[in-house]
Amino acid sequence: MGIKSEISHTLWITWKDLMELRRSKMRMAMMVLMPLIMMAMMSFMFPSSNSVSNIPVAIVNADSGSAGSEIIYAIEQMNSESKMMILKNASSEEEARNMIVEGSTLGAIIIPEDFSQVLSTRSSTADITVMTDNSNPQISQILSQVLTQIINSMSEEYAVMGLEPMAREIGINPVAMVVPFKAESKGVTESSSYVEFVIPGLLMMTMITSVMTGLPRAIAYEKDIGTMNGFLAAPISRFSIIGGKALGRIIRGFIQGILSLVLAIVLFRINVYGSLLSIFAILFLGVFSFVGLGIVMTSIAEDEETASMIIMTLTLPMMFLSGIFFPIEMMPSFMQTISRWLPFTYAVDAMRRIMVFGATLGNVYTDVVVMLAFGIATLIIAIPVFERGMTR
Amino acid sequence: MHSNCLDCDNMTEIIEVKDIVKVYRNGVKAVKGISFSVSKGEIFGLLGPNGAGKSTLLKMLSTLLRPTSGTATIDGLDIVKDAGEIRKRIGLVAEKMILYDYLTPYENLKLFGKLYSIEEKALDERIDDLLKTVEMDKWKNERVKNFSTGMRQRINLIRGLINYPEVLFLDEPTLGLDPHSSVEIRRLVAKLNREMGITVILTTHYMEEVDALANRIAIINNGEIAALDTSENLKRMISEEKVLEVKITNSAKAIESIRELDCVRDVSSRDGELRIYGQGENFVDSVIDRIKSSDSRIISIKEIEPSLEDVFIKLTFGGE
Repeated sequence: MGIKSEISHTLWITWKDLMELRRSKMRMAMMVLMPLIMMAMMSFMFPSSNSVSNIPVAIVNADSGSAGSEIIYAIEQMNSESKMMILKNASSEEEARNMIVEGSTLGAIIIPEDFSQVLSTRSSTADITVMTDNSNPQISQILSQVLTQIINSMSEEYAVMGLEPMAREIGINPVAMVVPFKAESKGVTESSSYVEFVIPGLLMMTMITSVMTGLPRAIAYEKDIGTMNGFLAAPISRFSIIGGKALGRIIRGFIQGILSLVLAIVLFRINVYGSLLSIFAILFLGVFSFVGLGIVMTSIAEDEETASMIIMTLTLPMMFLSGIFFPIEMMPSFMQTISRWLPFTYAVDAMRRIMVFGATLGNVYTDVVVMLAFGIATLIIAIPVFERGMTR
Repeated sequence: MHSNCLDCDNMTEIIEVKDIVKVYRNGVKAVKGISFSVSKGEIFGLLGPNGAGKSTLLKMLSTLLRPTSGTATIDGLDIVKDAGEIRKRIGLVAEKMILYDYLTPYENLKLFGKLYSIEEKALDERIDDLLKTVEMDKWKNERVKNFSTGMRQRINLIRGLINYPEVLFLDEPTLGLDPHSSVEIRRLVAKLNREMGITVILTTHYMEEVDALANRIAIINNGEIAALDTSENLKRMISEEKVLEVKITNSAKAIESIRELDCVRDVSSRDGELRIYGQGENFVDSVIDRIKSSDSRIISIKEIEPSLEDVFIKLTFGGE
């Protein structure tokens, strides 16, 4: 069997699969709708600015002196511009806690009774308590960060004010006395938002789920209804069958991937720094690295349903472990180890570097090698497993 | 009870099966050592109840399953070692149709023609010829989705013929078809066998199908060949047995009495109609005597010819 006829057989099988798709209006519509819905959903979930607003926060001012009111006034001033919080009054820490438990506020700022006194005598550091609803970890984290920052910088200002006369005497800047040095952070590219962080991974995910969930249909379904026997009894190599099926899926996934990319650019006005060619190459490689695995899973399953279940069980955790939605570094270290063994992680990483940093294929050399190696290794395993699965 | 082809002088064997065994991974022994051979141009029937192992046997011969042990050759080629060469020479038509609904008959045939590496122009001519053979040429470019089961089976049949195979495997080709379509498919198979000289291996559990088509029939039961012969010989095998079909009044008492006769093997009763199986010169006389002496009145009585079904049932249900 010549390589030429093998390619021709592969392409005819791909042609058949794509014709079935093209002839079904419903399937065509879903193929376009899927990335559209996903991208639209993302655009509502993550509005272009990544700040939060209208978080209800209770304020408890138990301070007997005036310093507490001054602090609260300053916070109110700041908030009237940013609209980050909706400030509510509460009479005691107890009440604030209850409000959080009931869910009517997500946090509280509590100024204790002796605040002014401690502040004026400087016997120790005066405390302001920031309480958050830790059943809502994301908001809780943002809120405590922002409030701590506000309060700390107020504290700095207060210190500067206190030191000013002394500093003037010895002729130095009081600010430099309080804050001798500080860090200024700066990204490699101009701006990056959560959307820019998520989109590259989502692109990869769209394509890979399209291929991974599509393969069981393409293979196990035909096995179930008996049409696979037509291919198996024909004088064609097993590779042509696998290749034809996989290619059909890759093309479908690719179309969806490109659609998603276009939508991402239009909807989010995200900046794509890398070249389109590199993006396509990584999309293709990412899918390629998964095809073998998909075929293995599909072949060992006894029917289409089992195949779909195996694939879902496998892909879903992979999606979350690969750092699409939150950075790998945020996971516990054993999870990070698992993550490093997943090819999907490398696909997402490469795509993100290319899209957000404008990296070239050379820059993401390791990712490319890992994906290629994983793809080839699983495909080599896939052929005998497929053969065994079909002639059990 | 292996191959005892009646007319072997000028026939060449195209299929030879020796002690073939298939044990599935779950331990089920589907085929337990079957041997037979099939002559070129023959229509060979594999008859058996569901689960007898005939489909497994057919799958092994059509290279879809590997035998656990034993060998089989087609045209002298081994079904395992030379699977690739064999695939070029065989066609497969199964009850589970190998047909794509969203494609037209032309596209379905074209796809498989291409997979058999048939050259473009020859393929187009072949498709037209085959479509004409099954009188489906005017449906060439309509989607299969809208066809009736009979029409689909006709396309499915010629799909198995796209490579002009030497051996055609037909696995329950008329299952689920209406009687008219079944007759049509049988007529087509007979015609293809006659005109193109295609050897046909046919599995079915329809008696009339093998009776009408097959030159020889292997009755498969429980993974083994229970009998292998021509339809006539198989019927003759049990022709010493006589079958009486009688309708009588007050049958319950009579049945008991008839059963006691030495010349009676079995009595079955359905809706007051009795089937009495037995043998010997006095069989009919003795049965009538017993009926009369048990206060029953004969409404009708007739002696019936054994059918292939009787052979089948005798061989596959214990056949005391």
